[in-house]
Amino acid sequence: MNHLPLIIKREYFTKVKNKAFIVMTILSPVIFMALIAVVAYLSQLNNDKVHVISVLDESGVMDDVFESSDKSKYQILQNMSLEEAKAITKASNNYGLLYIQKWSALNDVANKITFYSTESPSFTVISELEAKINKKLTNLNLIENGIDVDLINESKVNVGIVQESFEGEKTSKTDSILKLAFGGAAGYLLFMFIIIYGNMIMRSVIEEKTSRIIEIIISSVKPIQLLLGKIIGTSLAGITQFVIWIVLGGFLISIVSLIFNIDLTPMQQPQQDLMQQAMENPEFNMQLQHIMASFYHLPILNLIIAFILFFVGGYLLYSSLYAAIGAAVDNETDTQQFILPILVPLILAVYVGIFTVIEDPHGTVSVVFSFIPFTSPVVMLMRIPFGVPLWQQVIALLLLIATFMFTVWFAAKIYRVGILMYGKKASYRELIKWIKY
Amino acid sequence: MSHLLEVQSVSKNFGTYKALNQVSISVPQGSIFGLLGPNGAGKTTLIRIINQITAPDAGKVILDGVLLNSSHIKDIGYLPEERGLYKSMKVGEQALYLAQLKGLSKAEAKARLTQWFDRLEIGDWWNKKIQELSKGMAQKIQFVVTVLHQPKLLIFDEPFSGFDPINANIIKNEILRLRDEGATVIFSTHRMESVEELCDDIALIHRANKILEGKLLDIKRHYKRNTFEVGITTHDKVGLQHLLSEKFEVTTAQFKTLNDELKLNIKIPNGETSNQLFQYLAGHGQVSHFVELIPSVNDIFIRTVKNSQ
Repeated sequence: MNHLPLIIKREYFTKVKNKAFIVMTILSPVIFMALIAVVAYLSQLNNDKVHVISVLDESGVMDDVFESSDKSKYQILQNMSLEEAKAITKASNNYGLLYIQKWSALNDVANKITFYSTESPSFTVISELEAKINKKLTNLNLIENGIDVDLINESKVNVGIVQESFEGEKTSKTDSILKLAFGGAAGYLLFMFIIIYGNMIMRSVIEEKTSRIIEIIISSVKPIQLLLGKIIGTSLAGITQFVIWIVLGGFLISIVSLIFNIDLTPMQQPQQDLMQQAMENPEFNMQLQHIMASFYHLPILNLIIAFILFFVGGYLLYSSLYAAIGAAVDNETDTQQFILPILVPLILAVYVGIFTVIEDPHGTVSVVFSFIPFTSPVVMLMRIPFGVPLWQQVIALLLLIATFMFTVWFAAKIYRVGILMYGKKASYRELIKWIKY
Repeated sequence: MSHLLEVQSVSKNFGTYKALNQVSISVPQGSIFGLLGPNGAGKTTLIRIINQITAPDAGKVILDGVLLNSSHIKDIGYLPEERGLYKSMKVGEQALYLAQLKGLSKAEAKARLTQWFDRLEIGDWWNKKIQELSKGMAQKIQFVVTVLHQPKLLIFDEPFSGFDPINANIIKNEILRLRDEGATVIFSTHRMESVEELCDDIALIHRANKILEGKLLDIKRHYKRNTFEVGITTHDKVGLQHLLSEKFEVTTAQFKTLNDELKLNIKIPNGETSNQLFQYLAGHGQVSHFVELIPSVNDIFIRTVKNSQ
C-alpha cells in the first residue's frame, strides 16, 4: 500500500505548524535585516569620526601630499624636534603623529617613516597614508630619473579584451562575473539547504526513536517509504520557509533601505552624485547594456533545468545520509562523529567551487569534482554558467542518481535496523554489521 | 480447529548471534495465545518477523492460509513493548494518521475513533497533545489505535505495563471482548497471572528455541504431580507426619488458615486417587484443607526453563 502521500502530508504539516518553525520563519529575516541595519548604522557612526593626524615632515617635499578631507584632517607641524611634536600631538588629543625623517636618497626613505599613536592605528588610516606617500614618492622617483609624469599618465591604456567563441558568441568580463555570481549563489543555496534541512530530517528521525513511536509506524509502512516521506515532507517545508524568507526579506530590504535613505541623505549624497554622473556618462551606459546582454548570454534554460536536477539530486543524496545518522543514534549529542564525514565533502565542494572554478571552470580539478557525486551538485552548478558540454552534465547527473539510489538503499538498511536499536551506541563497525543483517 | 497463524521453522541471526532457531508455532483461530520466555529469548524478534518489520533468515510464516505478504499489514494490529506517540501532535490527529496508515479511510477512522473514545470515556482528549497526557492515558490511546482497524490478528507485547489496576482491568475486558468478536490474540508478557487469566494456548521460547507449546490446560495436566496440599488437625503432629512419610512423599506446606494444623504437601503414587488419600487422612484427624496442587504457569515457566539449561 502506498502511504507516501500520507506520510509527506504529516511530515509537512507537523513541521509547518510547529511553533519554533513559524517563529524562525518570520523572525529570521527580521533579525537578519536588523543585523544589517545595525552594522550599517555602526559603520556609518565610525565613518563620521574625523581623524586629526599631526604630520612632522623633515624632508620638506611632502607639503602637497596631506590635504585634509572629510574623513581626516592633517595638522602640519614645522620647525620642532620629534619629542616636541609628540608632546603637541598628545596634548591636542590627535589621532597620531606621522613622522617623516630627512633623507639623502629617495630609495632610502621608504623605511624612515613612522606613525606614533596612543592606540594601534586603524588599518584603513595606515593604508590611506601609505597610498598617499607611495604615490608622491613614485612621482618624485620618476622626475628624478628624468621621466615626464604627465606623459606616463597620458600613455596609460585601458584594455578590454573582447571574448568570442569560435561559434561567434561574444562574452566579456562582465559575463564572467555574472556567471560566477549565478553559479556561486546556486551552489551556496544548495549547501545551506542541505545543512539546515538535513539536520531537520535527522532530528525528526531521532524524535521518532526517542518517542518510541517508530515500531508502531514501522509495522504499518515500509522503512523506505517512511524515509522518503520524511525527506520529501521536510524538503517541502524547507522550500516553504525559503520562499517566505525571500519574500519577507525582499520586503524588509526595501523598508530598511527606505529608512536609511531618509536618515542618511547627507551621507548618500556623494554616492548619488556619482551615480548621476555615471548615468550621464556614455561609458557607464555601455556597461549597463553589457550586463543586460550578459544576462541573456547565460545558458538560462540549461541553468534552470540543471539547477532543479542537481539541487534535488544533491539534496536527496545528503539528506538520506542525514536520515541514516538519525537512525543510528539515540540522541543528538551522539551525531557529531557521523556528521563530520558528511560535511567534509560538502565543504570541499564549496571551496573547490569558489577557488578552482573561478580560476579555470574547465580545468582538470573543476571537471573531476563536477563528476564526483558528493561534490558534483555544488561544483557543477557553479560550472554550468560557463557552458558545460551536455554529455558531461548527463554523466554527472547519472552518477549522482546512481549514488543517490545507493545511499538511499544504504540509509534504508541502517534505518531499518537502527530505528529499532535503543540504548546501543552505534559505531562504524556496528553500522557495517547492520548492513549485513 | 484451524490455525490463523503458522510459523514454520523460522530462524534469524544477527551477525553471529542466534535470535531464533527453527521456531515453529501454531496459533489457533479465535484464541488468546501466550508467547512466553525470559528476557532476550527471542520473543520480540519473532513478533517483529510476524509484523514484517524484519525478515527471517529461514522458514516461513503463513497467515490465514497465505504466505505472509505486505497486504497482511491491515490484518495485524501490533502494540509493541517499546511504544510511544508523537509528543507534539494532538491525540485525534495522531490517531487518525495511524489509522490511515493501516488502510482506513479518514471518515471511517474518525467514526470508529469517536466510538472507541466514547466507550473508554476519553472523548475530551481529542484536542490534547500527547505531552499533556499521563503515561497510562497515552497507553489507552495506543491500545485504541492498535485495534481500530479491526485486524484478524492482534499482537500485544506487555499490554498492561503502565496501567493502574482499574485501567488494566478495562483493557483486559476489551481484549476478551475482541477475542469473542472473532479476533485472534498473541499475548507476550512476563506477568504470569495475566497469562493464567487470559490465555488458552501458550508457547515458551528460551534462548532462541521453542521449548514448550500447547493448550494451557493440557500443559497443566501434563505438569501436575499428583500432589495435594492438606491441613489436618491432630494432637500428635510429629507422629502423624512420621506415619505419613512412610507411606507417601511428604514435604511441609505453607498456607494461611485459621486453625493450628499440620500442613503438608503429599504426593500420591500413580494409580491412587485423591479419594483414597482423603479417606486415609480422615482416619487420622480432622481434615480442614484439601487442595490439588495445580502447577501455576509461573512454576511451569521456571521449571521448563531450568530443565532446558
